[in-house]
Amino acid sequence: MSGKYKYLKNAVTLKLKAENCTGCGMCAEVCPHGVFAIDGKKARIVDRDSCMECGACQRNCPFAAIEVKTGVGCAAAVINGILTGAEPSCGCDGSGNCC
Amino acid sequence: MKKAVRTSKKIKEIHGHEDTSPCCSEEAASCCSGDNATCCCGGKPEAVGVSTSLSFQDILGFCKARWGINRMNYKVDPGLYYVGQPDANSPVLVTANYKMSFDSLRKELSGISAWILVLDTKGINVWCAAGKGTFGTAELIRRIEKTGLPEVVEHRTLILPQLGAVGVSAHEVLKKSGFKVVYGPVRAKDIPKFLENGMKADKEMRRVRFNFADRAVLTPVEAVSAVKPSLVIFGIMFLLNEVGLTKFTGTDLYSYIGAVLVGCVLTPMLLPWIPGRAFSLKGWLLGLIWAAGVIGINGGFERNNYDIFMDISYLMILPAVSAYYAMNFTGSSTYTSLSGVLKEMKIAIPLIAASIGLGLVLLFAGNLMPKLL
Repeated sequence: MSGKYKYLKNAVTLKLKAENCTGCGMCAEVCPHGVFAIDGKKARIVDRDSCMECGACQRNCPFAAIEVKTGVGCAAAVINGILTGAEPSCGCDGSGNCC
Repeated sequence: MKKAVRTSKKIKEIHGHEDTSPCCSEEAASCCSGDNATCCCGGKPEAVGVSTSLSFQDILGFCKARWGINRMNYKVDPGLYYVGQPDANSPVLVTANYKMSFDSLRKELSGISAWILVLDTKGINVWCAAGKGTFGTAELIRRIEKTGLPEVVEHRTLILPQLGAVGVSAHEVLKKSGFKVVYGPVRAKDIPKFLENGMKADKEMRRVRFNFADRAVLTPVEAVSAVKPSLVIFGIMFLLNEVGLTKFTGTDLYSYIGAVLVGCVLTPMLLPWIPGRAFSLKGWLLGLIWAAGVIGINGGFERNNYDIFMDISYLMILPAVSAYYAMNFTGSSTYTSLSGVLKEMKIAIPLIAASIGLGLVLLFAGNLMPKLL
């Protein structure tokens, strides 16, 4: 399915707390990479390595069942962050490069 | 046509003007400077009609932004707009105030009557703005109030681009504004089909793609951003030549430029076909081919007896430069996670630095040895 693009294995911080999940399906709807599937009454992570940590699922889960450390997967942003001592951020508000 | 007349009347009823002064007509855009939420028309909320076809200017702006020209100041005013002749039951589409986002949306809406709610994202596209939180719950709620949207439409449904979900919490918006958020397709081009299907997005509409054209269109900005540091490096090379420490030639120049282009143009374009997962590794592999090619074409270097030093320095520096620029493309890609990028950088940066460092030592050795001996 989305096998064409896979970034590094076992790197992402995505966690699903099954005890909070009601299977509403919102995570599967907002995920741009098909990471979730709804099996019966619960969501399940079916393609963890495709997660890009955008955080859409976490933000739109009404039951706080998803945890992920979000951020931009952008090396230039990380370098920027290290140089300026700030959180990694693409220089979208300034004259720098945006993601 | 009947419907059109009724609709425009409706808008006037909503906003309480009977007159047909040009200020409140569809050309209102020009007179409503700044935030169009408070238009000249009595300070009442007013929607601005826009066309679904792009002008030459719009397309030129598109192209310039892709090359990084005026890209950070390519905006439309936040507020409420419309295409066609929408009424109180027409759908409301939400987008960012980056002009490329706004134009990409409206050009797909020919034959459709809809409201377009433009959020203030500081001129940044939906996905990046959502990541930063400017395309977010708070701004959406604020914009609903500012534009008087609840008086304009009778229904309580907003259609957001799916990638806006990164910054917007649908259940919070419902709680705080009474509007139900429906996530539409990722791409604006699928909106007509989405509306036809009764606001249902199929699986294909929900997936982010990153095909050849998607990648190719992003490479000019990458190349432009590499120009400045390259000029600095050329300046240093020139100075070193001047003081007689080195003898850089045109070959050195084009081989370096080539390595940069391999990293920020060729690697992104060929991305899925290059082996490996880490971007830096993909760039390094192509850079290695480039370096070997340059050496091959020049038949190994025959400047002095220490050619081998030069050959090795090329093999150390050029692929590392390509690897660095390829790694920076992670930010433009649609599938890399921050954790993954950190993992890649932890390994790649020290290797790149060591490789370039050693390469430079050999390069100077190759240049200086003949003089010393």
